Amino acid sequence: MEEKKKISYEPNDGALRSAGNGGTGSFSCAHVTVGVDVGSTTAKIVAVRDGKIVFERYERHLSAVRQKTAELLREALSELGDVTVRAAVSGSAGLGVADAAGIPFIQEVAATTELVRAYHPDTEAVIELGGEDAKIVFFGGSVDERMNGTCAGGTGAFIDQMATLLDVTVGELDALSLDSGKIYPIASRCGVFAKTDIQPLLNQGARKEDVAASIYQAVVNQTIAGLAQGRRIRGKVLFFGGPLFFCEGLRKRFRETLGLSEDDAVCPPYARHSVSLGASLFARDNGLETTLSDLCERIENCIVKSSGEATLPPLFESEEDYKEFAERHARATVETEDPDSYSGRAYLGIDCGSTTTKLVLLTESGKILYSYYSSNRGNPVEVIKDQLGRIYSLAGDSIEIAGSAVTGYGEDLIKNAFGVDIGVVETAAHYTAAKRFMPDVDFILDIGGQDIKCFRIRNGAIDSIMLNEACSSGCGSFIETFARSMGYTAEEFAKAGLFARAPVNLGSRCTVFMNSSVKQAQKDGAGADDISAGLSISVVKNALYKVIRATGPDDLGEHVVVQGGTLLNDAVLRALERELGRHVVRPAVAGLMGAYGAALKAMNHKGPSGLIPWEALENFTHKSTSTICRGCTNNCHLTVNTFSGGGRFISGNRCERGLGRDPGDAGLHNLYNFKRKYLTSLPSKPGTRGTVGIPLSLGMYELLPLWHGIFSSLGYEVSVSGMSTRATYEKGQFTIPSDTACYPAKIMHGHVEELVERGVDLIFYPCITYNVDEKVTENHFNCPVVAYYSELLAGNLEDTGKSRFFFPYLNINKKAQLEKELFACLGGKDAGFTRSAVRRAVRAGFSAQEKYYAAVRREGEAALAYARENNTRIMILAGRPYHVDEEICHGIDRLALSLGFVVVSEDSVAHLAEQPSVRVLNQWTYHGRLYRAARYAAEHGDTELVQLVSFGCGVDAITTDEVRRILEDGGKYCTQIKIDEITNLGAVKIRLRSLLAAIEEKEAARG
Amino acid sequence: MKAKKEYIRYTEDMKKDYTVFIPNMLPIHFKLIARVMNNYGVRAQVLTTSGPKIGETGLKYVHNDTCYPAILVIGQFIDALESGKYDPHKVALMLFQTGGGCRASNYISLLRKALERAGYGYVPVISFSLAGIERHPGFKLSLAMLHRMLYAVTYGDLLMSLVNQTKPYENEKGTAERKAEEWTLRLTDEMANNRIKYRKVKENYREIVRDFATIPKTKAEKVKVGVVGEIFVKYSPLGNNDLEAFLVSEGAEVVVPGLLDFCMYCVYNGIVDHEFYGRGPFRWRLNRLAYKFLLKKQRDVIEIIKENGAFRPYTPFDRTVSLSEGYISHGVKMGEGWLLTAEMIELYESGATNVVCTQPFGCLPNHICGKGMMKPIKKKNGSINIIAIDYDTGASVVNQQNRIKLMLAAAKREADGTEDAAQVEAEPKKIPQ
Repeated sequence: MEEKKKISYEPNDGALRSAGNGGTGSFSCAHVTVGVDVGSTTAKIVAVRDGKIVFERYERHLSAVRQKTAELLREALSELGDVTVRAAVSGSAGLGVADAAGIPFIQEVAATTELVRAYHPDTEAVIELGGEDAKIVFFGGSVDERMNGTCAGGTGAFIDQMATLLDVTVGELDALSLDSGKIYPIASRCGVFAKTDIQPLLNQGARKEDVAASIYQAVVNQTIAGLAQGRRIRGKVLFFGGPLFFCEGLRKRFRETLGLSEDDAVCPPYARHSVSLGASLFARDNGLETTLSDLCERIENCIVKSSGEATLPPLFESEEDYKEFAERHARATVETEDPDSYSGRAYLGIDCGSTTTKLVLLTESGKILYSYYSSNRGNPVEVIKDQLGRIYSLAGDSIEIAGSAVTGYGEDLIKNAFGVDIGVVETAAHYTAAKRFMPDVDFILDIGGQDIKCFRIRNGAIDSIMLNEACSSGCGSFIETFARSMGYTAEEFAKAGLFARAPVNLGSRCTVFMNSSVKQAQKDGAGADDISAGLSISVVKNALYKVIRATGPDDLGEHVVVQGGTLLNDAVLRALERELGRHVVRPAVAGLMGAYGAALKAMNHKGPSGLIPWEALENFTHKSTSTICRGCTNNCHLTVNTFSGGGRFISGNRCERGLGRDPGDAGLHNLYNFKRKYLTSLPSKPGTRGTVGIPLSLGMYELLPLWHGIFSSLGYEVSVSGMSTRATYEKGQFTIPSDTACYPAKIMHGHVEELVERGVDLIFYPCITYNVDEKVTENHFNCPVVAYYSELLAGNLEDTGKSRFFFPYLNINKKAQLEKELFACLGGKDAGFTRSAVRRAVRAGFSAQEKYYAAVRREGEAALAYARENNTRIMILAGRPYHVDEEICHGIDRLALSLGFVVVSEDSVAHLAEQPSVRVLNQWTYHGRLYRAARYAAEHGDTELVQLVSFGCGVDAITTDEVRRILEDGGKYCTQIKIDEITNLGAVKIRLRSLLAAIEEKEAARG
Repeated sequence: MKAKKEYIRYTEDMKKDYTVFIPNMLPIHFKLIARVMNNYGVRAQVLTTSGPKIGETGLKYVHNDTCYPAILVIGQFIDALESGKYDPHKVALMLFQTGGGCRASNYISLLRKALERAGYGYVPVISFSLAGIERHPGFKLSLAMLHRMLYAVTYGDLLMSLVNQTKPYENEKGTAERKAEEWTLRLTDEMANNRIKYRKVKENYREIVRDFATIPKTKAEKVKVGVVGEIFVKYSPLGNNDLEAFLVSEGAEVVVPGLLDFCMYCVYNGIVDHEFYGRGPFRWRLNRLAYKFLLKKQRDVIEIIKENGAFRPYTPFDRTVSLSEGYISHGVKMGEGWLLTAEMIELYESGATNVVCTQPFGCLPNHICGKGMMKPIKKKNGSINIIAIDYDTGASVVNQQNRIKLMLAAAKREADGTEDAAQVEAEPKKIPQ
């Protein structure tokens, strides 16, 4: 384990302190006000006398909230003497202390407000980032205060985590960011997402400078999207809080993103202390008046009330319990052999994971000669290069490396860099390894640093694969980062948890949310041991109930093998056995299983190994540069890695185009592409009535031909906003009021902005409660977001210029009704319309719509026929109509194509299957299609279904289980991919390749 | 082909020894409703359990991304079945349903699926819906029972409003709640034994108001905080971590619109559905009649509160309906729809200028009618102070309370705003070095 890093959010010098005044003032001085701010990670104290700061401290409290506060106050006492003070407390962890010690409390944003009103009344907005909080306070007009809600991403703790990930200190991170040349898009919704984006960037060799700046940009985006919620940040802006105070690069990103001048972006010297200073202002009139020594005593002697959250039973009742447990697990080992005494062939397995790199070298009989496990420190290539050197020197002349295999996130990179013989899909590597320990294994649970992977095995083949969705990953590294923030190494932290008497109950949600639960536990006085045990239990519950969705031990099968770095932690392992109520096998090489499996696979390699020879290794160099692919509108950020010897590896691409190959020419059908082309090439002709702009998102992906036809026929020129790009989203992000809505909805804002820029006369997105009735579902609703998003847009768009936003409520299922309504809302006779013209237009619209449907179905059938003639696999990429958008689906269709699938959409095949019975209310048109498409896949051996689910889609919480059931009843794999603003295609690729590997294995097993 | 679904029926036979569990959405109302059902031979019992186990049980059996109310309600049911306190073979469950394009109309299906997974597939689930799609021989909604339930709602609304208006000020803590309890028993007993005479109902209203007016109170002026939101987390202490109690403990007076408003909203949507989409001309007529009838019922209560003068009457629903105009169309009818927006403005108008908008994390309709409407509402009503609070199994109570405290701090500042401003003027501004 690496040594603990020095955290740099500490007072850097005394420059901010007022000169002199060491605190020899008279005892009766009542002009000292004391503000105490106890946040989630730090305690801050200021004492102000005559408008001057005479004492200040800013220190991490490492969860010892009360002790640290008291300690700092003691320091104040020794500097200032036992003066009379007025004191108030603030901060998220300060509430309990304030209550218990009988000191007035002021909410932290309210404290900030006090400060601004007193010292900077011309401020328009304050941006304050703390350890786990982010706040914006708008002044100017009415005061409007925003705090981050359930999501704690994009804050100081997040920056800490990211620095750890890059293996630098926070200070170094900041320095790096100032040297950046480009910004990568990193998800800004929460820390976990961002982490999954950053990891592949690092693995692919992106420059640390650029990554550092991108991390800051993610924080900025998070703050704007999550907090500003549609209110623009303008004018004089104050930056408060530790992260903004210490990180110049972060302030720079804010300045540039918000377009602020140097003068308007102010970070005052007391920025770290804004809350405590505000509390001291509040204390002037409302504080507790007492002596400083009494204040210390009050805090030292108070007993913080517990909120009564139940604690959990301890993991181990006694030392004996633990001994039995440890001995049982010690039995699952692999034999080792001394490389000095071995001679002959050896096989190398490399697992280049998301945060760690693992290597295993096996003898011909499968004994371990050498193994290695380490963090990849942001540069796996270097780590592996060193390790290869070490292995070659161990091998000397007596050991010949006869085969090598690599698996994991960095598979492609490493394979190209070092000439590794075989690339193995992660899932296959793990199954191979697990079989060695338990030949009849029927369930593998792998909890790694970033991800949870589970495979169920039936009849010797992988039967289903479950990976954590982006929102609940980060399990293992979460514990580790947490340990560090509390001042422990991961090992110490785990050990502390083993014998905790009262583990805290942290629930089982996304681990990011646990930050706030932990905060609560700390407030209640829980120690590090109880928190450690509680976290272990939560990680397990997360895996079982969130990822696997198990209802009990039977869901996991009888023979469970567990692995992955996180399960090396005995506390986690114990929690798992407790939760399952049965013993599991954890191989001694649990952290190395990927590499071990790869090494076993490497034994299949025939002929001489292509692995880079020792001589060449000496001169091996690796250079990475970044560029943007112009192959299509995706504008992928490519990282080009060049290796000595001329090897080249390009990553970041969503398709093969940037690599000089065009999958579009492979002749495979792609319904996504077909629909995109169809919808974006509807002919537009000049009109006499002006221009109607149509934002191409959400429901427009279904009904565009209808509206296009109607308006064209009525004499309007129709201007469609076109395919989305990341820039579309960014254009509209300032007006998004609800950050947790789905990405297809949020991107609407950008589409509308685009139309406003074009200066269209009308912007049309109607409210449609009832979607197309296909007569096979119980009802035919739209989801609330698709149905009514215009209402939200109308209320939140700032300025639509000359364009009028037009969103009538329409019924598309009754032509006569539609005619009547359109006629009326367009202005009727007064606007120069006649009923017959509207009737004609409606008819034209419907015939265009029918034509579109027919074309999609025809193309779907053609694709199926093509696949069957050419013996190609078929993938139904099933989602909503708007998932065909390039930016929304992130090119997953092309990825599937490059894996050799013919890609069809749900609406192109739904007509080929009967509506299956589902156990939920089948009342949405789009979901009815989804079920029918699933049934089609279940009924056809050559067809797989992959469901795309937008993050935040509440309706899919209901459909996914049904789709899974339909598919599994038909003996099919169920693959669901969550997509959001940013989707890590690397992970998607692993899933799709695993799916392929599983299908192939199953077919092979069947013979 | 539309799939027909089979479900376990609650039979006439079961009436004798089955306990029917009802989730605890509104403590006063549901107690009244349960007792009305008791009078009709249904052994209804409101579940009042709480604690982290309920959420955990829910997460175990319901897809984790499903709305929080579903997780809680289903978790509470299964938790009760697993508690060992009841014979699961002698239990039926009842859920209240409104239907519509929100995913909440799937609660029944989700509950049945969860029961099956948990091994209680045999437990009958009664869907209480005025649309009455399912048939349960043991539970027939007779006109007489409906009539009584209507009064359970109007009594409930009145009691809830009076308790809210009394609780923060009463000299002796708990008086208002005790009175509400006494009235609940008295009213249901009366309904059990007598035919309903509307004159008597109105007399009851009067007497209730008089009775509450006698409670000795302090004169203190308190900040009024309105609560709107998704119906379950808005009302249920289980769903909103006892929001009302927290607000009262922080020195605020809670203002919550009544349940009858929501009922009228549902009826009103039936009218709109016809006018907007040409659906159901027959139901349109029925709904119009029902709407007028309910409006009258509400108006009568309002008159009686006014007559007495000691309490703030609630806003007539037709007024509330008009308030959403200029913000959101009445066509937005999924979930709480336009009502949520209208209620925020209604609360503001009636003096509760601070509003907590509650929703389950990721609630779809609330993106539009809650969070989506805050900006326009703030624009037109400068001094309104709205805060959105998300509820979820993973959300920390500390965070929620912290945000509410933030709102209260702003509210208090607003309340003594003038004074504050003067002080800032008077003080020379010294910037610490």
